[in-house]
Parts: sequence; C-alpha cells; structure tokens
Amino acid sequence: MSQAEFDLIVVGGGHAGTEAALAAARMGARTGLITHRLDTLGQMSCNPAIGGVGKGHLAREIDALGGLMAQAADRAGIHFRRLNSSKGPAVRATRAQADRQLYKAAVRRTLETARGLTLLQDSADDLVIESGRICGVRTSSGLELRAGAVVLTVGTFLGGQIHVGGARRPGGREGDRPANRLAQRLRELDLPAGRLKTGTPPRLDAASVDFTVMRRQPGDQPRPVFSFMGRRDHHPRQIECHITHTTEATHDIVRARLRESPMYSGAIESTGPRYCPSLEDKVVRFAHRSSHQIFVEPEGLTATEVYPNGISTSLPADAQLEFLATIPGLERARMTRPGYAIEYDYFDPRELGADLQTQAIAGLYFAGQINGTTGYEEAGAQGLLAGINAALAVAGQPAFTPGREEAYMGVLVDDLVTRGVTEPYRMFTSRAEYRLRLREDNADARLTPAGRRLGLVGEARWKAFCVKQEAIAAERARLERCRVTGPDAAGAENALALLRRPDWDYPRVTALPEVGRRTAAKGEWPELARQIEEAVEIEVRYAGYLKRQEAEIRRSRRMRDTSLPPELDYAGVSGLSNEVREKLVRVRPATIGQAERIPGMTPAAVSRLLVHMKKRELQCA
Amino acid sequence: MADQSPHGPGARETGGTIVACATPPGRGGVAVIRVSGSGARAIAREMLGEAPPARQARLASLADSCGEVLDQGLALFFPAPNSFTGEDVLELQVHGSPVGCDLLIGRICELGARPAGPGEFSRRAFLNGRMDLSQAEAVADLIDAAGASAARAAARSLRGAFSEAVDALIARLTGLRAHLEATLDFPDEDIDRLQDREIKAGFVGLGEEFARVAEAAERGRILRDGLNIVISGRPNAGKSSLLNALAGEPAAIVADEPGTTRDLVRVEISIRGVPVELIDTAGLRAAEGGVEGEGVRRARKALAEADLVLRVWDAAAGGPEPQPGPGRIVVRNKIDLTGEPPGVAADGVVNVSATAKTGLEALRALLAESAGGPGEGAFSARARHVNSLREAQRRYREAAGLLGRGHSPELIAEELRLAQERLGEITGAVSSDDLLGEIFSQFCIGK
Repeated sequence: MSQAEFDLIVVGGGHAGTEAALAAARMGARTGLITHRLDTLGQMSCNPAIGGVGKGHLAREIDALGGLMAQAADRAGIHFRRLNSSKGPAVRATRAQADRQLYKAAVRRTLETARGLTLLQDSADDLVIESGRICGVRTSSGLELRAGAVVLTVGTFLGGQIHVGGARRPGGREGDRPANRLAQRLRELDLPAGRLKTGTPPRLDAASVDFTVMRRQPGDQPRPVFSFMGRRDHHPRQIECHITHTTEATHDIVRARLRESPMYSGAIESTGPRYCPSLEDKVVRFAHRSSHQIFVEPEGLTATEVYPNGISTSLPADAQLEFLATIPGLERARMTRPGYAIEYDYFDPRELGADLQTQAIAGLYFAGQINGTTGYEEAGAQGLLAGINAALAVAGQPAFTPGREEAYMGVLVDDLVTRGVTEPYRMFTSRAEYRLRLREDNADARLTPAGRRLGLVGEARWKAFCVKQEAIAAERARLERCRVTGPDAAGAENALALLRRPDWDYPRVTALPEVGRRTAAKGEWPELARQIEEAVEIEVRYAGYLKRQEAEIRRSRRMRDTSLPPELDYAGVSGLSNEVREKLVRVRPATIGQAERIPGMTPAAVSRLLVHMKKRELQCA
Repeated sequence: MADQSPHGPGARETGGTIVACATPPGRGGVAVIRVSGSGARAIAREMLGEAPPARQARLASLADSCGEVLDQGLALFFPAPNSFTGEDVLELQVHGSPVGCDLLIGRICELGARPAGPGEFSRRAFLNGRMDLSQAEAVADLIDAAGASAARAAARSLRGAFSEAVDALIARLTGLRAHLEATLDFPDEDIDRLQDREIKAGFVGLGEEFARVAEAAERGRILRDGLNIVISGRPNAGKSSLLNALAGEPAAIVADEPGTTRDLVRVEISIRGVPVELIDTAGLRAAEGGVEGEGVRRARKALAEADLVLRVWDAAAGGPEPQPGPGRIVVRNKIDLTGEPPGVAADGVVNVSATAKTGLEALRALLAESAGGPGEGAFSARARHVNSLREAQRRYREAAGLLGRGHSPELIAEELRLAQERLGEITGAVSSDDLLGEIFSQFCIGK
C-alpha cells in the first residue's frame, strides 16, 4: 500500500527533525514529518533551557537562516541571561530557561502553519532502498511512503537502553519506547556504529523544595531577546532561578553506593561526556571538592516539577532519595522521577559528507544525536543543514556547506565528518579558530543573505536585516565625520577612533555633546536599535583582529578550495602510508583543506595529494 | 614529530614568501639563498636598495636591519613566471658559512618571508607548471625524502636542553590556555574569580619559560651540519680503526672534536666536499645500567637519528652477516685476513681492510653517493624552529600587553592561540580537543 509521494521525509520530531522539516518545506519541497507522537514535537527531553556559550551562537545561526529555535525560545523563555556580558562580544551568549509546554506549543504552531509540510503520527520501521538509493520509508502501520530523500533524526531512540541502578530497560526517553526495528534495520546496512551514554538528574516536585535557603538568580537586565526578530513583549512572565549545592554528606552517600551505579559496576561501557559528568564522576574525579553547584531549573510557569541541573545520576532510586536529603533546600524533596543514564546507538559521522548525506546510501541524511552530538542547538543546526541539503539535492541544486570561518554550524559539521566523535559532541567557542568572527551579534550578517537566496528568509526578516545593515553603515559614517574635543578624547581624530579605545564604549561616546545620539531609521524597533549600536561598537573594537583573521583565512583558502572528487582512488596516490590512506578512504574529504584536518595527516601526505591532483589535471588537459 | 594539527604547519605552507638555502647544507665555497613568492620583489628592493633588473647578476652588500653588512654577494632576480618556482624569485649567491646564511635568512624573514618547508620550492615549481608530468613522481619522492630527512634533522636539532625547554614551554602555554578558555566557555562554573590570580601568575611563568627557551636556542645556534653517519657493530669488528682510516687523510679533516659525551666519539670529516660527522658508538656493547646504561641509550638515540649507518662486520668472525638496506651500508672489515678482494661485492657489502687501507675508496664513493640526496640539515631545521619560536614569543608578548592594559580575555586568548599554533610547528600541534581535555581534567565542569 502506498501513499502520495513526498519530495522529502523527515523521521523524528525533535529539535533536528523540526528544523529539517520546516526548512525543506520553506524551500518548496513537499515534506512529510513522521513522529511516533505528535504531542512530543519540539520536546525538550533534557533540561529546559536554550542557549549558553557556543550553543547560543548556534541558536542565533539557526535563527539567521529562518529556523525556529530562537523564536520559540522568545515565546517560551521565562528567565533570560546574557552570559559573559563582562567579557568581549565574541564570547557573549544568550541563554533562556524555557517553559516546556510553551516551547512545544510555539514549535507546533509554526509547523502546523507551514505550507507544504505534512505531519504524520506513525513510526518508521524500515527504509526503502533501491539500488543504493533511498526511496522512502515503511511505517509500522504498513504504509510505504515514497520520497526522493530521507532525513533521519531519531535521537537516542536507536537501541536505547535506560539504566536506573541495577535495573535496565529498553527506552528512547523516559516514558517513550525505543525505535528498535529501525535500529536493527540500520545495523543491517553495515554503517559503522558506536554507543554513547548520557544522563539526567532526578526530577523533583516543586512544592516540596525550599527555595528560601537557596541563592537567588534573577534574569539579566536589560533582558536580552533570543531571535534577531525577537521583542521583549513576546516573552511570557519572567521568574527567578535558584542555585544550591551538594555537601560532604551528599558525597559520602554517593561514595558508599558507588558500586550500585551501572557506570561503576561495569554495566555501562559506553563513553559519557567529559563536560557533563554524573554526580558519581564528580565525586570520584574531583575528590578534593567539598561541594558542587546545582542549578534548580524551573520546568515552566505552571509546571509542578523542577530540574536540579548538576546531579545527573544512575544510582538506584533509593540512593537518589537518600542523597537529595543532604542538599540544602531539598531535604524534604519528593522525587517525581528518578535520574537515569541512557545508552544509545550513534553512527560514525565520518561516514557522512559535508552535506550530512550518508556516503553509503544516496539521498539518506543523518542529523542530531544519531551523529554522536548532544544538545538541542547542535541537533537543530544539523537538522536545518540536512533539511536544506536534502531539499537542494531533490531539486538538483548544489549543497549548502558553510565553512569553519563562516559559522559554528560549519565548525560543527566539519568536526563531525572529519574528526568523528569519542564522546557526545557539544559546541564550545574554543572549538572555533575564527571565534572573533563567529559571534551572536553578526550571525545575521554571516548567514541571512544565504538564507534569503535559499528561500528560508521571509519578507519581514529580510526587510529588518536590510534596515540594520544600512543603519550600521550610516552610523559608522556619522561617527567618522564627528570631530571630538575635550581632555578625555585627546588624540582621537574622530568619534569612531575614540570608540577603539578599551575604556570607551558606544554609550559613552554618544554621550559627548558633539557626538550625540543617532536617529533611528524607519522600520527599527527598540531591540533592533540596540543590535545596531552594538554592531557598530563591536566591528570597531575587533577591526584589527578581524583583518588579521581574514588574512589567515585567505592563506588557507587555496587548500580549502582544491577539491578532492568523491570517487578519487586513494590506492592510486603513490607514497601514502596505509594508515593515512585508510583515514582518507573513511572520511573522503571534499577538499585538501579538510584532508589536512584529519587527525594523523602529515604535511608530506598533503603534499602527495596536491601533487596527485595536479597530475590528474595535467592528464585531463 | 608528533601528531599533526588540524591547522598546523601544512596550512601555512600554501602561501606566502619562502626562503631557504638552496645549496646542499655544509661549508661549500658558495651558498645560494633562494627567496620565492609575491614578496620577493619587495625584499629585493629592501636588501639591495633598488629594484633589481630581471635576470642580471649584480654585486650587492647585504646588511641587517641596523645597516651592518652581513655579507657580500651576487644578487639575481627572476620575475614570475620565468623562474624556478614560477613565482618571483630572488637568488643571493653568498659565501657559504652556515652562520652567515642563517643571519641572512633571519634578515629576510624579518622582511616578511618565512623559512621554506622541506621540498617546498620543488612543490611550488611543480604546482605552477614549471615541471612536466614525467617529473611529478620525482617531486613526490623528493617531498617524502626531504620530509624524512627533515624529521631526522629536527630530532637532532631538538636534542637536549632546547627540546626540554620547548616541551616545558608548551605544557605551560597549554595550561594557561586551559584556564583562560575555561573562564570563557564555562562562565557559570564560578571559575572566574578563582582563576584571575592564577592566570596572571601563569603569564609570568610563561614569560620566564620563553626566555629560557630563547636562551637555549641561542646556545645551540652554532650547530654542526651535514651528513650524519653512525658506525655500529660488535666489539672488535674494527669500528675504531675504520673511523681512523676514514678520518686519517689529513686533507679531509676539518675539525677533530672530543665527544661531548663519554661514550660517543664524534669526528668531523669531509668526503668529496660533503661535510660528514662520523660517530663511533663504542659504548653499544656495555651493560645497561648506571653510566654505561646511559651510554647505550645515547648510542641507540644516535642510531635512530643517523642519516646513514655503517654496520661493520668482522670478515674473519663468520656467522650470519647483516644485509645492506636503505640507510645502511654494511662493511666487511679485515679482508686482509681472509683474502677477499676489496671493493663492493656482489651482495652489496663493501669489502675493506681498515688496517691495510684497502677498499676505502669504494666506501667513500658509496658514502658520497648516499650524501647527494635531497635533505634538510639540522641547521635549516633549527632556523625554522627558531623562527616559529620567535613568532610565538611575539604573540605571547602581545597577549601579556593586552592583559596589562585590561583588554577583554577573548583577545588575549586569540593571541595565545596563535602562539600555540606557532609552537605547534616545532613539535606537532595541540588541537582544540586536546585543549578541552586539559580543561576537563583541571576543572569540574558540568551541570
């Protein structure tokens, strides 16, 4: 039995799946999104927050390409912060606590109103593959849905195994069943797979928590907005967060019960992330610390649960109850759900091209945790790129692959497909060599023009983008014309030069009577006006560094732009060691630049490749 | 050399103006310093005082930045594309002392060039279509050979105090970056307040470390160069007499130095114009313990770093003979006792008698042939390292200045990243993942 054809099918309705489906539909592809439960679309299955350092950068990039994460965060955010605000602009990042229900509602509303997108509640059990090409999926209700491309965004549902103490059971997320049939099917396809683990803390009944003994953490003022299009009046009511900490008594209990944790008993062998250690890991690895912070995150405005971030654990439920009682404010806490560790399958992302398409099966794309990443933003960014590229491929267009110097998305995908993963991959700004260029504040300037060309950026955003860019140029020109006087400004030629000094900022410069405030252009709103002023200041501050990085980028461009054809026979490249050859065959780098970044590549091997490519060129001529 | 970085030496090899001594390493009468790239014309103008005419030799006094004359020589300028590499090329023919060449190369680097990587001139020549297809394989081989010999040369140049100082420097820099990056990537972890003082202390320590390395580099500046040949073999095979026989021509002896270590005997000779350092590993037979054990360790190290090994075999002793192979010449000594004919035998082994002085000419010919291949001497390897070190130190000073003037930490981090990249050119790079590993091992990160 077969149903109407799609151009593209997205399997999974998490953060990767929703971005993929929305992008593809906006680009004009007839898109179907299959999820086993429509009411979990846009579910935040870990902690209820969007953004942070590195992650906020990704969310802003998704936004710059018309994605939904940042806008949903503005609709659902109940506590906003701007991290690193005392440090430089490149590392400043937005973070929002979100109300889970409001977030899901915002995502669902956007998807339901998207033209060309069909939402299907079913589960994909099998892939339809004909002579090495994906042709659709088969669902558990017996439907065969045909499509030119399939994007798999199945998260931790592949072969998911949940551990609480010694007890284990199959599961994709607490309360949901795993996608075992699909996992089995993918295993048969002989894609290289591995296993990762991650953990969650116990959830607590908010009414049983004593917040009065905890440190209060109000949201930041002025309150940031997440999306380029965001306005403060999109935000729901704001609340405070609270911070408490573990005690020596907590650590004693963890130590005493350690053998019952599956991670220490040997029941879990897969690798967990170094940056998100379980409470067990913290107590063992940092034995000298007498206390660890716990961020008590609200699950929402109306929710009765809280998420104590910082104590993910897979100890038995009674041990969890026991240690909770030693934490200030949680002495009488009722545990609504115990914490657990989850193990799941991922596929070695080195098997993917830079467009996130599998090399083994044409038209099949992977995005999100299936590629070994963690985090909503990392998933969303991959989903967006996979959706874009699947839609482009179906339309016969070349792929969209932003580079490491253009976007955190580029860093993310390049790291995945070139270096692979050894732990769940999370974004950090230290991963980006061009960090000073890749900022939240210029995500729009870096990506929105491309988004417009791809058909992802609508009229309103495009208009606002143009207003902002023109206003930045106008304000720079005005400041450059402005002579400044006064003892503080001695030696500065004009207001723009003054802004370069570390002790001057935009408000101080424009407070000078001879400079004055700028006049807002038509089409500006307060949050956009703030973005404009910030952009002027930042570009001036960073000018020297940005110029130097551009020179660095130009230097490596020749390498980056020398492309290596996917069918290149590495056995025919003389003089490569077997080890290097194996790596090249596995990664199949698209360019010399990418080949160079494969761990273990030597300059001599890169030279060999260059010479080989030149030889091919001569032979063809 | 260790693991190559994602953004390591290779990335920088693609562009820019490069400089190196184009003549074989050593002390020949004339050395040719070649500069290639878009900056060659400007460098020529700066060094010679005027833009040189194309393809015409002219005499020039070559001075350092203070105007002090370093050397006199002939300058030749070849505009692109009619040059060896297809780029603008400046060639300076100067007197061949390694120190003089190093000073000139240093000056040219100040003017914007960087030391060429192994085989880089040839690679550019090929990529710019200055060589035909039939030469392609030869270029690839050359790059490999040059890379391998450069690795050996680098290992030699990194011996001892310099190497230890560089390692200590890198460890300190990585530690400091981990602190700084942790405050940037994990603002919620409350490491800011704690780390401020440690970061300042780290900067002071790093400055001291840079000074130490600079001093070590300065000390090792006058470095022996040329082919490095290690004689090995069983006791009584006649290694020492072979050393004496090869070194015994008074005209060939350039210098005779006592070994810096008790166990290795080093003799510098010249074989058909190629400078050669002969090293006798008399200590190899010693028991592995105490001072003697250290001697064995050094002998093994010398063997590993050798360009060529002379395996000496006692013709009269019998037993299974070693086979000649790449980088290894087998010498069957004491043929005066067995009556075998001198010279290269059918199996590739060289028959000699060190005491009767027969077969030595054949051995010298073989050595000279082996010495003719492409390679990078320890001297130019050192020049590249010192250059990388200087650039790293410049970035460190910039970072320290920014810290002092109260600039924001991500700018300081950027300078330190560049410093680390430059140091990575010496010992292999520290990737961003290595850095994250350092962060996670130092700090308990994670909510």
